[in-house]
Amino acid sequence: MTNLLNTVLVTILMMNLFALGTSRILAVTRIVALQGVLLGLIPLLVHKHLTIPIALTVVVAIVIKAIVIPSIIMRALRDAQIKHEVKPLIGFLPSIILGALATAFALLFAGQLPLAGNHYYTLLVPTSIATVLVGFILLVTRYKAISQVIGYLVLENGIFIFSMLLIEAMPLIVEMGVMLDLFVGIFVTCIIINHINQAFSSMDTRRLVSLKE
Amino acid sequence: MAYVMILFPLFMAGVALAFPSNRLRPWLLPLTAVIYSAATVFVLTQPDLMVTAKWLVLDPAGRIVLLVVSTLFLFCSFYTVGYLQYRKERSNRVFCACMLGFLGIMSVVVWSHHLGLMWVAIEATTLVTAPLIYFNRTQRSIEATWKYLMVGSVGIALALLGTFFLAYASLQTGLESNLTFEDILRDAPQLSKPWLHAAFILLLVGYGTKMGLAPMHTWKPEVYGEVPGVVGAIFAGGVTSCAFLAILRIYQICIAAGESAYISRLLLFMGLFSMVVAGLFMVNQRDFKRMLAYSSVEHMGILVLGLGIGGPALFGTLLHIVTNGLTKGVLFLSSGNIHRAYGGKTTDVVTGAMRRLPLSGTLFLAGFLAITGSPPFGPFISEFAILNGAFSMGRFITAAMFLVLLLLVFIGMGATVLKVVQGRAPASVQNTPYRDGWLTAAPVIILMGMVLCIGLYIPAPLDTLIKDAVCFLEGRP
Repeated sequence: MTNLLNTVLVTILMMNLFALGTSRILAVTRIVALQGVLLGLIPLLVHKHLTIPIALTVVVAIVIKAIVIPSIIMRALRDAQIKHEVKPLIGFLPSIILGALATAFALLFAGQLPLAGNHYYTLLVPTSIATVLVGFILLVTRYKAISQVIGYLVLENGIFIFSMLLIEAMPLIVEMGVMLDLFVGIFVTCIIINHINQAFSSMDTRRLVSLKE
Repeated sequence: MAYVMILFPLFMAGVALAFPSNRLRPWLLPLTAVIYSAATVFVLTQPDLMVTAKWLVLDPAGRIVLLVVSTLFLFCSFYTVGYLQYRKERSNRVFCACMLGFLGIMSVVVWSHHLGLMWVAIEATTLVTAPLIYFNRTQRSIEATWKYLMVGSVGIALALLGTFFLAYASLQTGLESNLTFEDILRDAPQLSKPWLHAAFILLLVGYGTKMGLAPMHTWKPEVYGEVPGVVGAIFAGGVTSCAFLAILRIYQICIAAGESAYISRLLLFMGLFSMVVAGLFMVNQRDFKRMLAYSSVEHMGILVLGLGIGGPALFGTLLHIVTNGLTKGVLFLSSGNIHRAYGGKTTDVVTGAMRRLPLSGTLFLAGFLAITGSPPFGPFISEFAILNGAFSMGRFITAAMFLVLLLLVFIGMGATVLKVVQGRAPASVQNTPYRDGWLTAAPVIILMGMVLCIGLYIPAPLDTLIKDAVCFLEGRP
């Protein structure tokens, strides 16, 4: 079970790096959707018995992270007719390297933290911290509003992975993570129906500079 | 009682959404605020009403924030009616509903004794206040809303991770934990230290973003620069106080866990850094609303600094929540009046506010003197108490830096404020429709009176309230 779980977690780490290195926003969205599916499966691997709160977490996570949000992001992409992230603050290759460094840092940092007995052999903590960091890198280095939203989604996935450590003791607290999805939903709806698109015509947050100091 | 204080404003928010008349709708705010304030006074005098459930308790620290926010909201609600009379061209449906919704959610923050519930409530304050920023529907206000949501939601995400870390800190040592504040406070000494340290940093950064501590303050000048004055007052006195309450909770847990040395270093650093950033950006600031935003960053820094000093400075820190909240109300409301009368908010167009608006101009000047800690106003007493605490703890360097930074802020802010109030008003602004009226001036005068009153004499009930809260924070009975 632990082996399978760690395989899934390593796959998630690979996906992070892929998301950092691609300029096609559609491809990144697909990767993040796939990541959502894998995340939804983690509770089944962490747990031996299937209880109702866990089944609920699985269903809710997969529906929201892998279906609902990616499909509204794709709709926003279609409406706004954008395909590529234009020149990010840090190039695609350097950001992969940065992501790899962040992953290494997460592994080292997680090594310092004591874990409860049955969590010792899993990569949950380092994967979670690495994913949060990668999400943060995406968020601050990309200019397109929609890429920033995807970055936030990755950051949030990292938090979801951490919550798996608590799923046994506090199953309902884990559901709080779902509240974060609310933000993502709001951001994307903002972009679709709201005026970022009309007002700035290209959904490029670099245009949001009239308030710069 | 908690349910009444939470559900009543939310119910009124629903009424505001359904209410047909744009002209009469703003009056729902004062109506709600008066009843809410009466409820606040009632609950503060009835100790047996303060526990509704294990996870809904009005503790001494919460009482202070509740008192500040409901007082501020009361005056802002009357001001809002006056303000919206000048904005008849725009539907105020969402504006009124969000203001009332904020009041309800603020009650959840204040009452919640469960770290998860508190997190949900603080997230909800972000969501419910975002439409208020967007009220003017200009390109700049969209920018400000986007930035607020983006920065705020990252902060909220980090705070959630911190909450999870804290939960794991108790799980890892095999404690039965459920994140109720009482339980976690009781188990604090047994919590796993490395996880607690990491949780504290994440929660400080997360809720600090919501408070607007540097370097996570970047949303503040944008938002405060664009919002109507009354929303600025609610943000600077209400939203930030709620976020500070969250930090107080974490502080208390760490103190109970015996980690005061570790956290006080971080708090002192964050506090002084915020003051430095605010002081530097305030120098030569031409936009007086952005100047107020940096002043808010500075005062959040002072609050965190006071917490970092701890011990004898705690009284001053808690008093500073009150004095800062009320003075920020004066400043934002009077600056809103000036903005409206001049149709601009930079010192290029705004001069001679004393002549154009004798009342608002004077109040703005008095508010400036108060917030920079000049006697005989309230913030002087609270800042002096913090300084005194720093000296009696032997933190001389901190105290010296605190004084120098206060001076820097005084000079930077003074230059802008004097440009605004002094001189001759340009002829063009004499014809703008705004005149100081009852609804837009009286609330500010009363708030200023309260700030002055606290400076001269701290009323006995407030004094007891703060002393209780100090004992509560230090874990003394």
